[in-house]
Amino acid sequence: MSFPWAKHYEPKQPLMRWLDEKLPLPRLVYNAVGAGYPVPRNLNYFWNFGVLAGAALAVQIITGIVLAMHYAANGAVAFDSVERIMRDVPSGWFLRYAHANGASMFFIVVYTHIARGIYYGSYKAPREMVWLLGVVIFLLMMATAFMGYVLPWGQMSFWGAQVITGFFSAIPGVGETIRVWLLGGYAPDNAALNRFFSLHYLLPFVIAGVIVLHIWALHIPGSNNPTGVEVKGPQDTVPFHPYYTAKDGFGLGVFLIVFASLIFFAPNLLGHPDNYIPANPLSTPAHIVPEWYFLPFYAILKAFTVDFILPAKLWGVLAMFGSILLLFFLPWLDKSPVKSANFRPTYRLFLIVLLVDVLVLGYLGGAEATPITVLLSQIAAGYYFAHFLVVLPIVSAMERPRPLPNSITEAVLKGEGGTSLAQTAAHGSVLPGHNSPAAAE
Amino acid sequence: MLSFASRFLARNLNLVVGAGFLFALLLGIFSTVGGMLHDEPVHSAEHEFHLKPREAGLQSAGLFGTFDNQQLQRGFQVYKEVCSACHSLRLVSFRDLAALGYDEGQIKTIATDWQIEQPSVNPETGEPATRKNLPSDRFPLVFANDVAARAANNNAVPPDLSLMTKARDDGPDYVYSLLTGYSAQPAELLRKFPEAKTPEGLHFNRYFATLNLAMAPPLTGDDQVQYQDGTRATVDQMAKDVAAFLTWTAEPNLQKRHTWGVAAVIFLLIFTGLAFGAYRNIWRGMKH
Repeated sequence: MSFPWAKHYEPKQPLMRWLDEKLPLPRLVYNAVGAGYPVPRNLNYFWNFGVLAGAALAVQIITGIVLAMHYAANGAVAFDSVERIMRDVPSGWFLRYAHANGASMFFIVVYTHIARGIYYGSYKAPREMVWLLGVVIFLLMMATAFMGYVLPWGQMSFWGAQVITGFFSAIPGVGETIRVWLLGGYAPDNAALNRFFSLHYLLPFVIAGVIVLHIWALHIPGSNNPTGVEVKGPQDTVPFHPYYTAKDGFGLGVFLIVFASLIFFAPNLLGHPDNYIPANPLSTPAHIVPEWYFLPFYAILKAFTVDFILPAKLWGVLAMFGSILLLFFLPWLDKSPVKSANFRPTYRLFLIVLLVDVLVLGYLGGAEATPITVLLSQIAAGYYFAHFLVVLPIVSAMERPRPLPNSITEAVLKGEGGTSLAQTAAHGSVLPGHNSPAAAE
Repeated sequence: MLSFASRFLARNLNLVVGAGFLFALLLGIFSTVGGMLHDEPVHSAEHEFHLKPREAGLQSAGLFGTFDNQQLQRGFQVYKEVCSACHSLRLVSFRDLAALGYDEGQIKTIATDWQIEQPSVNPETGEPATRKNLPSDRFPLVFANDVAARAANNNAVPPDLSLMTKARDDGPDYVYSLLTGYSAQPAELLRKFPEAKTPEGLHFNRYFATLNLAMAPPLTGDDQVQYQDGTRATVDQMAKDVAAFLTWTAEPNLQKRHTWGVAAVIFLLIFTGLAFGAYRNIWRGMKH
């Protein structure tokens, strides 16, 4: 694991030596996120987001455990128990707002983390397993977040659960049976609320477990970097501690400032007012929308309006799940040997289009359905699939990448290490006299 | 071998799956465009005449908003004398009123004198009964259940107001606008949408989503309540005061939250500044 020049753990204190003989836990930590893990020296701020995602999970688990001490998963009292937390539990409002906005922060951070992985080709060999485990974490997060949003048992909780579990009824033949089995009834009720609570408490620990695998898999090839050129020697790396612990400390500070601003100054900005109305199966809200982080997928779901072999609803559901499952195949859809999009001018252009496309889908997912928004979401959903299934394979086969630097250190010494995205983008094209990308790989 | 097989599969499958989704979307685009060409765009009275709330300009608005206790007390008085006839406040306790500046004795009096009593049991017979409110009680429900509420209110249930300002977009402004937004139906509306004439028993209000609501204008004229602090009780003033009060009932910790927030962000700015210094210090001399 890791590079031969990695520092070795040598406990000096007798107590630590004793511990290392009996249970080498400090050694494990040292090698995982300490001085024993050599990391490319040219990582930019986008590489802060993995640690931040871990921090967000920790916040969610800690606030969530305390909230669970006061919450009651029963349809008759769930809404009021949340309000009791807000009003009567000391600092309960802080815990609940931290947990609700913590979910949003978690997704902001993870989306940035995923976007970084896509831009710099971190999903490519030899890091396919890191990527696959990451997509698993993302799926688990989505399930956890959805079930968590149901727990306050407000109008959006109830109707969101109704709509999302309704997806399963699109499956021909057995769909309705599956839906009823999942909900434990014909509509979301006590049975659904209780199992959602149980799973909402369980899944974060599953996520934590998969994160361990994610980091384990990462430590075999080591971290990617903005040039996408693999580490060649000791001069290319610095020890994770203190170099990246210090940088992550700064990143964590910025993260917490944004997080605290949301909690204290705009705690309901990302929520929906309807969820402050108790769940009422007899009154459908005028406009059912999921939480912001599901909106792009919701837009894809709604974009399919015509029955073609399969019913439109089933197309929508397949496309929505497909849009995420697609990510599992990304390492094999992209055949270019060059990792970083900084050296792939054509692909980079399409990536920017994809980013705008996803943002547009997010907007459309929350917008009211008019012919114009439906048309736009059909075009945007079309590009999403076309990007991964058509554009990406073709571009990666056709394009001529820019010449890659011979090594990370060479790029760094020329001031093109990639610590600043703009800097690299501006200078990425002028690296004369280097080997072709194939040779560099 | 395995990698070759998976690559081969992905190479062909991606085009098939992609073509399927794209074709289904293309059909959707045709049908959407066809629909746009053939169908008249739908216009409705709600679409054209519904208004976004006007700003109430409350002290609690904005990032650093605070409560004006004097105003909250006035708002409570409006709630007590006007709204509480129909609307409950079931998530708020009498003791919570201490935050508005009422002392223990005043709260006890407010609770004891409250018109609706708490459901209870007769200690001798065990039969359902009522008792006087205590400061520790929540505000009692106005109607025992929705059926009773409907029966008394022309088939409409007056919603609980505890969370009203958080359960609507721009809640405080919405409450203020709704209370001052009753009017006659504009002639233009009736001309364009004759079928949108306000039905019998409902009341026209451009700030309400469907334009017609069951609640009759609750604030009917100036000096409907006699403010104890001498403020003149215009309809506009009463609407603002009760909007302020309902902002407090929905978010009693608003002011504390803002104070904590300033402290937290200042602390974090210092922490982040130090962390940045540490980062620069450690990386000094290391080109990256």
